[in-house]
Amino acid sequence: MASARAGAFSPGNLAAFYRQRFKVDLALQVAYRGATFIWLFSLIVQPLVSLVVWRTVADSQGGSAGGFTAGQYAAYFLAVMVVNQMTFMWHMWEIEWRVRTGVYSGILLRPMHPIHEDLVANLSFKAFTLVPLIPICVLLAVIFDAQFDTRPVDIVAFVPAVALALGLRYTIEWALGLIAFWVTRAAAIHQLWASVTFFLAGQMAPLSLFPKPIQVIATVLPFRWMLSFPVEVLLGRLSGRGILAGLGMQVLWLAIAIVVMRAVWSRAANHYSAVGG
Amino acid sequence: MRANHPAIVVRGLRKTYVVPERESGVGAALKSLFHRTTREVTAVKAIDFDIAPGEIVGFLGPNGAGKTTTLKMLAGLLYPTAGEASVLGFTPWERDRAFLRQMALIMGQRNQLAWDIPVLDSFQLNRAIYQIAEGDFRTRLDELVEMLELGELIKKPVRNLSLGERMKCEIAGSLLHQPRVLYLDEPTIGLDVAMQRKIRAFIADYNARTGASIMLTSHYMADVEALCERVIVIHHGTLLYDGDLPGLIDRFSPLKTVIVELEEGSSVPAGLLSRLEAAGGEIVAHSEHSLTVRAPKTATPQVTGLILGAVPIADLTVEDPSIEEVIEHVFASSGAMAGEAQGEPMAPLADENAPLPDAESVAALAGSATGSRNTEVR
Repeated sequence: MASARAGAFSPGNLAAFYRQRFKVDLALQVAYRGATFIWLFSLIVQPLVSLVVWRTVADSQGGSAGGFTAGQYAAYFLAVMVVNQMTFMWHMWEIEWRVRTGVYSGILLRPMHPIHEDLVANLSFKAFTLVPLIPICVLLAVIFDAQFDTRPVDIVAFVPAVALALGLRYTIEWALGLIAFWVTRAAAIHQLWASVTFFLAGQMAPLSLFPKPIQVIATVLPFRWMLSFPVEVLLGRLSGRGILAGLGMQVLWLAIAIVVMRAVWSRAANHYSAVGG
Repeated sequence: MRANHPAIVVRGLRKTYVVPERESGVGAALKSLFHRTTREVTAVKAIDFDIAPGEIVGFLGPNGAGKTTTLKMLAGLLYPTAGEASVLGFTPWERDRAFLRQMALIMGQRNQLAWDIPVLDSFQLNRAIYQIAEGDFRTRLDELVEMLELGELIKKPVRNLSLGERMKCEIAGSLLHQPRVLYLDEPTIGLDVAMQRKIRAFIADYNARTGASIMLTSHYMADVEALCERVIVIHHGTLLYDGDLPGLIDRFSPLKTVIVELEEGSSVPAGLLSRLEAAGGEIVAHSEHSLTVRAPKTATPQVTGLILGAVPIADLTVEDPSIEEVIEHVFASSGAMAGEAQGEPMAPLADENAPLPDAESVAALAGSATGSRNTEVR
C-alpha cells in the first residue's frame, strides 16, 4: 500500500503546492498577527530567562562557569532562541485534535501525503516570525553583551545544519504525533517528549555542562542533532571535522526518521480506516 | 476500463466494528484498565451491487442502517472486514492516488474546506493537490461559480458563510478535479427548500455533463425522487431492495387509496360501506359528499367498481402512497423482521401509528430480510 502512495507527485507539482500553501498561510499569519506575536513572545521569554540565570551564575563564579563566559552564555541562549524558533513544531497537538474530531477523514482522501501541508504551515509561521525575531536578538545581544566566536565557515555550515535539524525534529515529532491514532489522549506522551527534548537537545543548558553519560546519550540519539548542533556551529565551538561529522549524523538520523515516519503513517492510516473515521 | 464496465462493483462487503464496552463510573473505568470488554457491531452485512458509469443511485436507509459506512468503504476511508469492492478498477481502501484523484466524497455534516481562508484560496490549494491544469481549473471554476451562483462568496473566508453557502462551496471545491465517481452523504441536510432544489438541479446537471457515477444518501425523499431512477435500500446492514422507485412502491406498499366525490344531491347508499369492507377495502374517511377507501392493489378494481355501480360520482382518483410513506413503512416493519432474523426479541409488528402491513407485504419483507430475495434484489 505504501508503494501506491509513493511517487506520483513530481517535484514541480509539489513545489507548486508549497508555493500556493505558503502564500495562503502567510496571509493567515498576517490576519492573526496578534496570536502569532503572542506565540513569538513565548518563544523569546523562555531562553531569555535561562540567559539571565546562567549569566548571573557565570558572573558570580568570577566571569566563567562550565567553560562558558557570561558573554558566551548570552550568545548561547540567543542562538538557542533562534534555532528553536526555526526547528520547533506544534503539529503533535494538532494531529491529536484532528483525529479526535474526525478532520483526518478529509485529509486521508486527498491524493497527497499530509506531512507536506503541515510542513508548509510550519515554515510560513517561521518565515513570518523570523522577521521580528532577528532584530530582537540583535538588540538583546547588545544589551547582554553577547560574545560570538563565529567564523565565516560557521555561518556557511549553519545553513545546512539548521535545515537538517528542522527536517529531523519535524519528521520525528510528526511521527510521534501519529500516536494519537492509537491513543486518544496522546498529549501526555507529547509532553514527556517535549520535556526530554528540553534537557537532551541543549535547550535548558549547554550539553557540555551535563555529566558525560548524558552527553553520550544526547549525541548517539537524535536529540543533539535537532537543536544543540546548529547552535554549537553558530557559536564557533566546533572544528571543521566536528562540523562535517555532525552533518553526517544529521543526514543519517534524518534518513532513519523518514523511513520510520513513513512506516508509522501507513500503519496509522490503516488503523484509522479499520476502526472507523 | 471499458465504457460498459460497471464503475462500482461491490461483492460481499461487510464491516464489523469492535467497540469497547464500559459502564459509567470510576469503578468501571478502573476495571477496564485490566480487563477491556469489547463488543462487535456489524454495520454492513455482506452486501452486493453494481453501479454503471453515469448512473445516479439513491442509497436509502434509516439512521444507523450502514449507509455512511458503505460510502466510506467505497471512498477508501474504511477498511472492510470482509468482501471486495472495485471502483473505477481500483480497490478503494488502498487509496491509490490515481483513484483519489477521480473520486470525491461530500458529507453534508462535515467540512473539508479550510475554515479561516477565503474559499478561492482553498480551491487554489485543491488545484495544486489534485494537479489540475490551470486552463481546466479556470473553465471549471467559472462553470461552478455560475451554476451554483457563488459570485462574491468565493472571496470570503468559510467561517463567514451561511450553512447553505458553505455547502455550495464544499460541493464546488470537491468537483474542481471533476471526479468520475461522486459520493454524496446528505448533501442537502439542514438547507432550506429553495437551496435544496438548487443543489439537486446542479447534481443532475453535473451528472449529465460529465457522465459521473453518483451515489446519494438523503433523508429528503424529494432529493431521491428528483435525481435517482434507481434506489438501493439498506437496513440493519442488509440490502432490502435494489431497483427503480416505482418498483419500490409496488413491492413494499401494496395498498392504493381510492377517493371519490359524489355528484351533488346524491349520498352514500346504505350497505355500500359494508360491501366495500367485505371486498377488502378500509374506509379511511367518508362524509356526505365524499368517500376515501384504502384497499390492497388487487382489490382496487373491485372497490372502484362497487362505488361506480352504487352511486353517481363527480370525480374519482386512485392514488399510490407517497414515497415517504412507503419508506417509513419499510423501515418500521422491516426493523422488526431483521430483529427477528438475529434472534432478538421481536418488536410488535403492527405499530399502531404505522400504515398497517398486511399479509402480503409482511411476506415480501420477511422474504428479503431472511435472504430469499426476489429477482429485484441482485
